Amino acid sequence: MFTTASTTPQKILQMFAAILLFAAVMGLILFIASRFTGKRDRAIAALYLLPTVLMLSVGLLYPGLRTIYQSFLDASLKSFVGFDNYTTILTDPEQLTVLRNTAFWVLLTPFVATGVGLVYAILVDKARMESFAKALIFLPMSISYVAAGVIWKFMYEFRPDQQNIQQIGLINQIIVWLGGKPQQLLIDSPLNTFLLIAVMIWIQAGFAMTVLSAAIKAIPDDIVEAARLDGVSPWGMFRFVTLPAIRPSVVVVLTTIAIGTLKVFDIVQTMTGGRFETSVIANEFYSQTFRSDNRGLGAALAVVLFVLVIPIVVYNIRQLRRSEA
Amino acid sequence: MTTAAPLTTTPLSKTEGKKLSAAAMAKKKLTSPWASLAAVIIAVVWTIPTVGLLISSFRPQDDIRRTGWWTFFTDPLVTFENYRTVLDPEKAGTNLPDSFLNSLVMTIPSVIIPLCLASLAAYAFAWMNFPGKNFLFIAIFALQIVPLQVTLLPLLQLFVAWDIDGTFWTVWLSHSTFALPLAIYLLHNFIKEVPSSLIEAARIDGAGHVSIFFRVLLPLLTPALAAFGIFQFLWVWNDLLVSLTFAGSPTISPLTVQLSNLTGTRGTAWYLLSAGAFVSIIVPVTVFLLLQRYFVRGLLAGSVKG
Amino acid sequence: MPEALYDIGSGMFVQRGSSRSRIALAGALSAGLVFGLSACADGGDSETSTPGTSLAAIDCSPYKAFGDIKGKEVTIYTGIVTPEDTPHKESYKPFEQCTGAVIKYEGDKAFETQVLIRAEAGNPPDLAFVPQPGLLQRLVATGKALPAPAEVAANVDKDFGADWKAYGTVDGKFYAAPLGANVKSLVWYSPKEFADNGYTEPTTLAELKALTDKMVAAGKKPWCAGINSGEATGWPMTDWMEDFMLRLSGPETYDKWVKHEIPFNGPEATAALDAVGAYLKNDAYVNGGLGDVKSIASTTFQDAGLPILEGTCSLHRQASFYAANFTKGTKVAKDGDVYAFYLPGQDATTKPVLGGGEFVVAFTDRPEVKAFQTYLSSSVWANAKAKVSSGWVSANKGLDIANLKNPIDELSAKILQDPKAQFRFDGSDMMPAAVGSNAFWKQSTAWITGQDTKTTLDKIESAWPK
Repeated sequence: MFTTASTTPQKILQMFAAILLFAAVMGLILFIASRFTGKRDRAIAALYLLPTVLMLSVGLLYPGLRTIYQSFLDASLKSFVGFDNYTTILTDPEQLTVLRNTAFWVLLTPFVATGVGLVYAILVDKARMESFAKALIFLPMSISYVAAGVIWKFMYEFRPDQQNIQQIGLINQIIVWLGGKPQQLLIDSPLNTFLLIAVMIWIQAGFAMTVLSAAIKAIPDDIVEAARLDGVSPWGMFRFVTLPAIRPSVVVVLTTIAIGTLKVFDIVQTMTGGRFETSVIANEFYSQTFRSDNRGLGAALAVVLFVLVIPIVVYNIRQLRRSEA
Repeated sequence: MTTAAPLTTTPLSKTEGKKLSAAAMAKKKLTSPWASLAAVIIAVVWTIPTVGLLISSFRPQDDIRRTGWWTFFTDPLVTFENYRTVLDPEKAGTNLPDSFLNSLVMTIPSVIIPLCLASLAAYAFAWMNFPGKNFLFIAIFALQIVPLQVTLLPLLQLFVAWDIDGTFWTVWLSHSTFALPLAIYLLHNFIKEVPSSLIEAARIDGAGHVSIFFRVLLPLLTPALAAFGIFQFLWVWNDLLVSLTFAGSPTISPLTVQLSNLTGTRGTAWYLLSAGAFVSIIVPVTVFLLLQRYFVRGLLAGSVKG
Repeated sequence: MPEALYDIGSGMFVQRGSSRSRIALAGALSAGLVFGLSACADGGDSETSTPGTSLAAIDCSPYKAFGDIKGKEVTIYTGIVTPEDTPHKESYKPFEQCTGAVIKYEGDKAFETQVLIRAEAGNPPDLAFVPQPGLLQRLVATGKALPAPAEVAANVDKDFGADWKAYGTVDGKFYAAPLGANVKSLVWYSPKEFADNGYTEPTTLAELKALTDKMVAAGKKPWCAGINSGEATGWPMTDWMEDFMLRLSGPETYDKWVKHEIPFNGPEATAALDAVGAYLKNDAYVNGGLGDVKSIASTTFQDAGLPILEGTCSLHRQASFYAANFTKGTKVAKDGDVYAFYLPGQDATTKPVLGGGEFVVAFTDRPEVKAFQTYLSSSVWANAKAKVSSGWVSANKGLDIANLKNPIDELSAKILQDPKAQFRFDGSDMMPAAVGSNAFWKQSTAWITGQDTKTTLDKIESAWPK
């Protein structure tokens, strides 16, 4: 059952075998746990966490630590170079462009996507065909980044300004209808970076909208009613009732999107390949490690990515603590 | 009785009619016609890119190259040729039905395994006391940021050592691992919100952690599990990077890998790219549309109060 | 490399690996049709290019020495994907019939990055088709690649030039026998347009310039170009520069430049890039049917030569494999819709040729693997492959040109076999990856969108690993 399945029945059989095997492991854990009676939390917690900790140590922690170590090595990982790779990232003009672009991505995407999602959630709340209206916004979320890249590349497609040649990309057609000249949208920096960010916003807004809409609906009616009877204005209602109530959800949404954005790879890869000054850290990491054979620098870029997310994690934890208090 | 926005809102039922939701209140200030207009504009902007490509996928190859898809409305010419080419193993050189099955076989265990493991772990974090709990929880959360790319080589070395390279196991194990941090985080937020009185009551009745987990928590957890399950389904189904590394061989490669190989060699062959893109998104979109209800309910329960 | 839909993947993209040589193999589906059709139009025998045609039996004796390998499997990993993989698999059949061995073929667009990961993880295939000598060096550096067996070396000594053997040699050890080849020093044009206007194929660089000016005088933008290729964007520009480096400074200087024995940003390279700029950064010359100079950066290389068919562009410098990109029904022939001439040298006596190809490297040395390696390096295989494919040539001297059905393949084979030709491998494929598959591509792209020559070359020089 651990060999390559090549026929349809074999594949399906192997899938069920895997699920059963896994169920057996789960059953064993639970069985052992049930033998502990009373409040022996430590033993049971250890048991419950065992598979998770094992898998994460091997699958994420070890590679992560290894990467930190490698970030202090040279291109072929042979000799120690100290902080050279980090110096390169912080001084090389091209790497600085990468950092700048990453900053644009991580600042714009979460806030704009959340903003659009929130506004839309409020606008369609209790509207006719609400679920249909929501589905329209959410659909991009279920599309792979690669397919999204294809869809938007088609939107941005450029055809030269010549006779008998028509635009086939909608954005350029709109520019032409408005009397402008067609632009090579994905070439001009930094405009191109914002156009790529738009794709990510397009994908993530649906996620924000769904979560926030659910949060809004969960606000207890009596609070709303009480505020209304107090004559709170609609804006005041939003500012003092809705927003505080959905604050934890907003945090979850912002951080989830921010982390997803930091890791964004496929969109840049599919649409510009990181050319024309559009590269971001995740993309540059791939390019330095696998294309350029500069392993050390690639590892350092991965570490920078890791460092960048620490503030997000810290903020999240503090929010968590606050809600527990 | 209706709200003040007759154009966009449905008549409310008796119970709902007594109160206005916070959002409805907020909306009122945006004066309804404008609110409707704004909603319509956002909806249109969000939908047009996909519709454009969808229409294009039904247009003849030369038309796609020469004229914009919006000319379709004045010159509607529909062809299924693009799809026929993409789906025909003879013409396309790839066996899409086979890779479709592979995608399914990969995705299902990759959703079930992390969900079970994560709910156990989340329970431990939420309702048990043990030393280093906070540290461990934060550490797991922080692991989310390890870029998947750095894990590929060490994991593959391991899979080779275990002699399971080139099998579905590689994909199941790696996807399950990658999913754990976010799953634990979200489920923990959810479990935390279960009133402690419920747990205490069960404890007083003499229930251990196992029976509390199954009898009290699991039923309450179902929507959150469904929500995360859908997330994970979409993620695994749409993944390219992991499959490329572990499941590149044609016997077990999923839809994404096959489509990437199929379309990648053809430059801006929009007629194939458009049809190919829609073949690849049909399943995730269907899954989402069918299960949207659970998804919303799960998130409603999970993150809202967290 | 062909534009990746995903590469990316997440990857993408993976992505994805890429090289210009792979494009050689990454022809469009229509390629088969184009050539099939043109073969029909020529009254030629189109059966030979139909997949499924069984090749004649071959002499099995060379493989007897490897013992009984019946039922044994050989795995191949390559970047050659649909539809170019079909003729490959087809060409293995005579070997399979002889020996009873089974060849397992795996094509992957992200081959170049994935093969390294697999080799390092200890999970390599039996054989890999490597399109870049630079990548071959990296594979050898992992310690997992094996030197070629004696039988393969003997075949290569017999049928290939010493230069081709050198591309498969790392640190004095011969690892990889050449497989396919392509010619990059070609300029595509419309034979009809040339006939109608009395243009002739130029034989020197000066004539090429004169021809271009004549076309400008006739009110045309003669050249069209496009360098967009996903994450590999920029590679066609490096080919342009290498071609001019070869022509202006000669093959010896070119070799030094590729090996970094002279600086990347020296006077020779500056002259070469400026010479390219005289064509491609000249608004009067480009970009026929596609826009202004900048549109070179946004146009995919696959689309860049198509304006020739529309009559909005007259000249397009691109390798032999570009034939696959013309739309269905285009006749590629000297008397057809489109054809190519050799990008001339400084004068008519020198004939530098820029090209590419791929090489077979082994990671295991089981008898069946060695036997198959031997088969692939033989002229028997080269001729068998030629019979079932179009848009494919080899530098194998035993390849009978009569077996090539496509006029462009014939032209390429003639150029490759011309005794006057001084063949040079695509330089960026041989440079360290940090330059050859990154800085060179990236900076050429920046150059065409406005960066000056000096800055461009300085930046590439500084990217060269110390």
